[in-house]
Amino acid sequence: MIESIVGSLNAGSKYIIPLLLVGIPLYAITVKKIKVYEVFVEGAKDGFTIAVRIIPYLVAILVAVGMFRASGALDLLLSLLAPVLNLIGFPPENLPLAFMRPLSGSGSLGLLTDLVNEYGPDSLYSKIGATMFGSSETTFYVLAVYFGSVGITRSRHALIAGLTADAVGALSAVYICKLLIG
Amino acid sequence: MLNYIWFGMMAISVVAGIFTGRIDAVTEAAISMSKVAVEISIGLIGIMALWLGIMKIAEASGLIRIIARGLRPITVRLFPDVPVDHPAIGSIVLNMSANMLGLGNAATPLGLKAMEELQELNPKKDTATNSMVMFLAINTSSVQIIVPATVVALMGAAVSQIFITTILATLASTITAIVMVKLLEKMKRFSVENAS
Repeated sequence: MIESIVGSLNAGSKYIIPLLLVGIPLYAITVKKIKVYEVFVEGAKDGFTIAVRIIPYLVAILVAVGMFRASGALDLLLSLLAPVLNLIGFPPENLPLAFMRPLSGSGSLGLLTDLVNEYGPDSLYSKIGATMFGSSETTFYVLAVYFGSVGITRSRHALIAGLTADAVGALSAVYICKLLIG
Repeated sequence: MLNYIWFGMMAISVVAGIFTGRIDAVTEAAISMSKVAVEISIGLIGIMALWLGIMKIAEASGLIRIIARGLRPITVRLFPDVPVDHPAIGSIVLNMSANMLGLGNAATPLGLKAMEELQELNPKKDTATNSMVMFLAINTSSVQIIVPATVVALMGAAVSQIFITTILATLASTITAIVMVKLLEKMKRFSVENAS
């Protein structure tokens, strides 16, 4: 049952983009008689300016994240936290991924790959890890790109709210997996 | 807030790097990541242009207004300071739909378009509005209902088991994000006047 749902969702998702790319202009040209080529080019012009505007914000965030990852500070933090989190049932094996997820997309994918290679895809660690990976986003990256694109530097409560949600997401991943699969 | 976290991360990295003997790696990471940041941004130009072009067609044909109207009951509560007929609502809805379907490539351009439209309503251009923070928090908590293709490839047959757990965990984090934003936006230290 679940397999067939997953299968058809993932099989269906590859048609969505082509359908949108054709469907939207089709509606515009037939129903509204819009000059789709001209309008497309008009909109596409903004792509360059927005992408370039993000650069300074992304440099700032990615450099800090990269230094943090390279320094071993994360390992130190994890070795301090692991015994405490172990008390509330948080497996130490999944801790690095939980902390890496908001910092780096490629970093957390690397850690998930390690988990799967080390313990196999059927292990609870891998399933918790995959759930964590799929249920959260790279918070620091999204913040830099989204706010950077319009020149927002005062982010107010955005980071706190985002990181709290990440923490709840990671904890939920552990408990939900233990409850439903473990 | 971001000032302290940004500086703190770099300061901790340098101190930790000295202690762990990885200071060379820290320097190397700073230099290489600045390059990566530019590569990511430049790499976005094409996909941004593509989706912004398609979005312009959707906007001109009135499709965005139709979608925005359909989801008005939800968006009115999440983004009370955005007028119901404002184009930002349409972009926000499309961004969330793209996220839900796991279309990351399409989601970013749509999200940045939404930010641009929210910025038009912003009286203080360097400070995030309540709606912007809400939009960002929902985005960072991920509202994906399709397991990412990379995870499918990694997990193989075991992926069917994490389908439900991922939806439940993402639901928990998204609800947390929304509640946190609504709670914190009323606090004095996060007010627009005191913003940092």
